[in-house]
Amino acid sequence: MSRQSLGSSGEDLAADRLGAAGWRIIARNWRCRHGEIDIVAEEPDGPTVVFVEVRTRSSLRSGHPLESIGARKRRTLRTLAGAWLAEQPQWIPQFRIDVIGIVWPPDGQPELTHLRGLS
Amino acid sequence: MSTAASDPEALPATALPEGRAPSEARTRRIGRTEAIALAGLDGTPVVVEASANAGIPGIDIVGLPDAAVSESRKRIRAALHNMGVTIQTLRYTVSLAPGSVRKVGTGFDLAIAVAILEVEGCLDPAAVRGAVFCGELGLDGRVLPFPGVLPTVVSGMRAGFRRFVVPAGCAEEAGMVPGAQIVPAVSLADCAVTLGAKDIRPAPAEAVRPHPVRHAPRPQIHDLSEVQGQDDARFALEVAAAGGHHLLMMGAPGAGKTLIASCLPGILPPLDPPAAVEVMALRSLAGTLTREDTASALPPFETPHHRTTAAAMLGSSRPNMVGVFSRAHRGVLFMDEAPEFSRDVLEALREPVESGWCRVSRAWGSVTLPAEFQLVMAANPCPCGAGLGPDSACRCTPADKRRYRDRLSGPLLDRVDIRLEMLPVTPADVHAPIPRESSEEVARRVVRAREAQAARYADMPWSTNARAPGAWLRRAFAFSAAETRVLDRALETGALSMRGYDRVVRIAASIADLAGTERPGADELGAALLMRTQEG
Repeated sequence: MSRQSLGSSGEDLAADRLGAAGWRIIARNWRCRHGEIDIVAEEPDGPTVVFVEVRTRSSLRSGHPLESIGARKRRTLRTLAGAWLAEQPQWIPQFRIDVIGIVWPPDGQPELTHLRGLS
Repeated sequence: MSTAASDPEALPATALPEGRAPSEARTRRIGRTEAIALAGLDGTPVVVEASANAGIPGIDIVGLPDAAVSESRKRIRAALHNMGVTIQTLRYTVSLAPGSVRKVGTGFDLAIAVAILEVEGCLDPAAVRGAVFCGELGLDGRVLPFPGVLPTVVSGMRAGFRRFVVPAGCAEEAGMVPGAQIVPAVSLADCAVTLGAKDIRPAPAEAVRPHPVRHAPRPQIHDLSEVQGQDDARFALEVAAAGGHHLLMMGAPGAGKTLIASCLPGILPPLDPPAAVEVMALRSLAGTLTREDTASALPPFETPHHRTTAAAMLGSSRPNMVGVFSRAHRGVLFMDEAPEFSRDVLEALREPVESGWCRVSRAWGSVTLPAEFQLVMAANPCPCGAGLGPDSACRCTPADKRRYRDRLSGPLLDRVDIRLEMLPVTPADVHAPIPRESSEEVARRVVRAREAQAARYADMPWSTNARAPGAWLRRAFAFSAAETRVLDRALETGALSMRGYDRVVRIAASIADLAGTERPGADELGAALLMRTQEG
């Protein structure tokens, strides 16, 4: 599996799992000039809008996928969230940024780690 | 051992109550170790806590770490990985408390790594408690020496700790502290096993020894038997050694000032064990402690060049730097060409000479290091250095000479008991057949003189004649008018000040101690007066 297709299947998987858990997917791969948000979703039992960044790797050889979120990516995610919120006509009372790390070996089962609330 | 694979925070996270991720409940454990933060020779006990919580995986260190402490994250990560430990994919927060104390240097690596291993549940918490950990980590997990192991153990003992895990290469220096239980650690894995780790197999490794510092050799110490003639100077040096008096030698180039000065460490009594620990602790902090040092009780001998800056003398450039004054602690500081030193240096000398301490306050903080040395200064009588006497080629004006001497300021010279004028060696001295006393013979007399002083000052806060107050000595010796006639005359004519008078009494006490007489009499006072050839 190529880098791009591994990444997009990881995003598909994350969206499926979130949907299965009762989340309402609002947008996927939402783009603006600052970059792209992988998933925008709403938590099942609350008004919180969650921006989800998905990171997928085929092995732990170069570290856990979550470790690849550096200070710059964190800043970008915050900017993107702001840009998305600015475009909404209605008031969004609460939002959060989550990261889902997926380790997906070529011949094995994917393993998801959901980090809630990026600081 | 927890691994990323066995401990994921897997989806669906929403199946659980809000705010309680599954792994958080299982890993709510805190690793706690003890370390020492050094500021000079003084150490503050530091509690190192580690905790693993949800977040971007990595290690955060809080608690006023300097750059070297912050970098330990990377060393620890590599060391853990290379010893086969995979830590959880969680955010590790390491706190060094109290957070208000500055943490300097690489010695915290081991304490932090052990705290993290404890979070992982690999260690027996009971084995970790009560021990102080210090050491830098190599990328392969070996525990490396760092400057300041000995002062760490000394201040740890003072804070009530008894067990110290130290780099195996530093076990010898750490072992100098009586009563300390030293646990040498070759590697982090080796350390973990002694702390009860079951599933860690330490790879065989050799202890990393501190690098012997390969700068220029220590200044050479000469033997008194090499000195030709200069009987007055030999005697003055012996008196200076006996009473711990500061000494100024004035004389033409070639008179043997430098040679005489470099004989002093050889006739001083060897360092007693507590003093030796202080000296070694300073060398350890400076990173210049070699293996030969730990076995030797020779007093330090520092010979700074006259262009040395005040910052280097005081050790004020950066935290935990040891200046020349402190390197000379309990030994000899020899300042050749003393008037050539910068005014800053000569003024900076005043505090250590007065109090025996070197206090430094800079933007990075303040540090006080011991600096109780015996000062020996050598000076030419004039800036051209051509010397004195009717045949000399010196063309300096009297004003030049005066200016040159005035560079050594009054307050500094006030503390110098013995001032000696040295004349050039004559051919008769060179060919004199009399065998000259060796340093060893003189040293025996000096040791006896020191014993006499120790007995006399047993209940006093000072231990040498040089530090004894004049009034106390005058009262203790109760001189008769006949004994002090020469002195009184000099005082009357203004040739001697009251301060100078007391100094003569101190020197006389040392002369008497060398001779083995109970108290100085008229002869000793007369001889002492001759060692003060200038007014002061």
